[in-house]
Amino acid sequence: MTEHEHYEAVVVGAGPGGAAAAATLAANDVETLVLERGVDAGSKNVSGGLLFAEEDAPYTIGDLFPEFRDAASERPVTESYIHNVAGDKVHTIDLDRVHHEGTAWCDSVLRRRMDSWLAERVHELTRETGGGLLTEVRANGLLRENGEIVGVTCDELDPIRADVVVAADGVNSELARDAGLMDYAEPDEYFQGVKAVVDLPDGAIEERFDVPEGKGASHLFAGDLFDGVRGGGFLYTNEDTLSIGTVFHLDSLAEERAEPHELLDSLLTHPLLAQWVDGDDDEVEYSAKLVPDSKRAAHPSPHEDRLLLVGDAAGQMQAQGPIIKGMNHAVSAGGLAAEAFVESRTRGNVTAGELYEQKLHREGVMDDLRPTRYRASSAVTEHDAVERLTDAVVDSPLGRVGLRALEGTVQRLFNSPFVLGTIPDTKTSYVTIPRVLAEELGERIEGESDVEPPSLADRIGDLTYDTDIGNPHIEVVDESYEASGTAVTACPVSAEGFGGGCYRSETVQSNGDEERVVSLDTQPCVECGTCAVVAETDWEHPRGGKGVEFREG
Amino acid sequence: MRTVTLTKGVPDFREGQVSFDEDGHLERGDTPTVMNPNDEPALRASLQAKVRNGGTASVMSMGPPGYGDVLREAMESVYADDLYLLSDREMAAADTWATAITVATGIQNMDEEPDLVFAGFKTADGETGHTGPQTAWCLDWPLVTHVVALDVDTEAGTLRAKRLVEGDADEIETVEAPLPAFVVTDPEFEPSYRRAEHRLTHKDLREETRQRAGEHEDHMTVWDHSDLNLDPDFIGLDGSPTIVSGVDPIPKAPAERDATMVDPSDPEEMAGVVDEMSRFAGGD
Repeated sequence: MTEHEHYEAVVVGAGPGGAAAAATLAANDVETLVLERGVDAGSKNVSGGLLFAEEDAPYTIGDLFPEFRDAASERPVTESYIHNVAGDKVHTIDLDRVHHEGTAWCDSVLRRRMDSWLAERVHELTRETGGGLLTEVRANGLLRENGEIVGVTCDELDPIRADVVVAADGVNSELARDAGLMDYAEPDEYFQGVKAVVDLPDGAIEERFDVPEGKGASHLFAGDLFDGVRGGGFLYTNEDTLSIGTVFHLDSLAEERAEPHELLDSLLTHPLLAQWVDGDDDEVEYSAKLVPDSKRAAHPSPHEDRLLLVGDAAGQMQAQGPIIKGMNHAVSAGGLAAEAFVESRTRGNVTAGELYEQKLHREGVMDDLRPTRYRASSAVTEHDAVERLTDAVVDSPLGRVGLRALEGTVQRLFNSPFVLGTIPDTKTSYVTIPRVLAEELGERIEGESDVEPPSLADRIGDLTYDTDIGNPHIEVVDESYEASGTAVTACPVSAEGFGGGCYRSETVQSNGDEERVVSLDTQPCVECGTCAVVAETDWEHPRGGKGVEFREG
Repeated sequence: MRTVTLTKGVPDFREGQVSFDEDGHLERGDTPTVMNPNDEPALRASLQAKVRNGGTASVMSMGPPGYGDVLREAMESVYADDLYLLSDREMAAADTWATAITVATGIQNMDEEPDLVFAGFKTADGETGHTGPQTAWCLDWPLVTHVVALDVDTEAGTLRAKRLVEGDADEIETVEAPLPAFVVTDPEFEPSYRRAEHRLTHKDLREETRQRAGEHEDHMTVWDHSDLNLDPDFIGLDGSPTIVSGVDPIPKAPAERDATMVDPSDPEEMAGVVDEMSRFAGGD
């Protein structure tokens, strides 16, 4: 047996968290190897996506990569609104204050362009240290010696030893799972987002959104347009496309047996959007992603031996009411993880993991991710009986009078980061309040949408795949409908009665009995991980370079 | 570690590229010349040796001056350091025997003796598969053919190769040979880069070569028969014992269905097509 290859640091995943960690390690002369499973960095990555640079953040992408905003982001987003919808009545609130509060800047991004640009810079920086960045390599687990984590194992490479392993391998992190730090147990720890990128003619963004040249806007949507599923919608302006999507609590999506692509279509075809999108605009990419809800999922101690978890892999995705912040926290965490490793080498009496955990708390990252006030309020408000009661009160004549009286205050409440951080994850806050607000205070939208969203089959057909034939990356462990049937609806590329998706339900005859089972074809998989949570599966990422390849992301 | 890969320019036999005259003879002037597709695995093997064992990779071809483009293509795929073109009217119309003598002399004429010579298993035009083994015979080196995987141990001065036996993928034998050696790659050859270090080197070389390939002529050495000190009687057409007595075109396979030719600009004929097709519309 030959000696294992060794690098001082191995970073798994070339998203913003991995890039921040690698750049910081390289700046400290740490020999750093970055492993990315996509054919190109960003080809596996999906975001809404707004990237915030917060004033008090220990690291921002712009500090680490000075040309970032010119080269890799779409538009500075300077305006933000939330639209509360009830049928064709809409009540709009300007979120200007909360959007700008503590924010140095906020840009819309598309991940293929962003991450592949970052990866080129990271390769240059890390190559100087004797390492570098490799694509099409999937780290599939941890290398252990005498029970201790000492490196990573890969599909494409022999095992590699490292003094520190930074797992920035996303929401479905295989390294975090291997270490026993994360699992796929609870749907209420996740949101699921689906997104359509829509191509617009030149100059259309300035014209239709009434924004200054080169600037952009963010529009959020809540209310009764999603069949009571808890969540909302978003629309962000990119350079010459729009990112339009929906984000729902996975437990709600699963319970309601809702079809994510249909909920997205409800948003795309709502008359409110007709001012921004018309039937001639082309949908160029459909994508989906699982989003950890840091309030429940952020690991308070995201490390084990030499392994440090960063970004989605550690559940570091903050939903501040309707505003979702993930990439900025991943950047902070990546920088802090790198810093912790460098410091641990000189100090000697404390591990990189311990230092990393301390830094996450000291720099306020942890308090953003798991606010204590949320823990206090959710214990009461998310109780079923309390929810039913408040829901009924808000919807009652008395509640309506109260909300009407609040008219002047509503805008202020929605603009309070403190209040947003406390909002309970109940139907009342996601659906009932926005609906009643719209009914009582909203204005009727004239006109109709002429948008005809593509069918699910066409959306899948437009995606690029390099299928690993004969080597499916997901296996259904329990194929009974009771155990795995939810995947048929919750999977963003499957639907009841649709034969071209990943999951299908079938009735089979056996020994005179009829049994309802699910079958799986992983070819259309967009690797979001939904089925790993809602169904009984054995879930892995495809080998390096295989599977879906997002062009926009 | 120094390797040489042999390559040849061949007519592009792909549909839409190749053209034949009425008698079925290849129209050389109307058919573009491309790198012999079977040479790609040989080039991949030489790249693997360069990446994993270091050193330089050269590419050699015999042919008219226009083959420079083929060599450029080879340089891009193998990140070659230098190119050798053996080019001379006296070398023209050579069979495999005369070609092997010329190429082997070219290899021996290099400043430094290579450790490995790679060749593809046959050319797309001649399809004999002789030139490689005959060149190895001229050099009097060990020959390993049908190679699908290769490891070189520079310290021990040996290679270890997996080769297909009788062309069946299920039968693979592992052989060892001393260097220098001649390796003929199988189309199934797969390079293997299991260390991150290899892949990083590979990435560096790609960057480096992008620039070099643009000015490939600066890295090309052209030798004629006098540079190689070869007697014209033993090379080219005069040195070729092979006699082509005749060429029989292979008759076209008879069509299994009747075909009716329709002029698409004639509305009446097109109406006939619609009538014919409408019988199959509607699913019955």
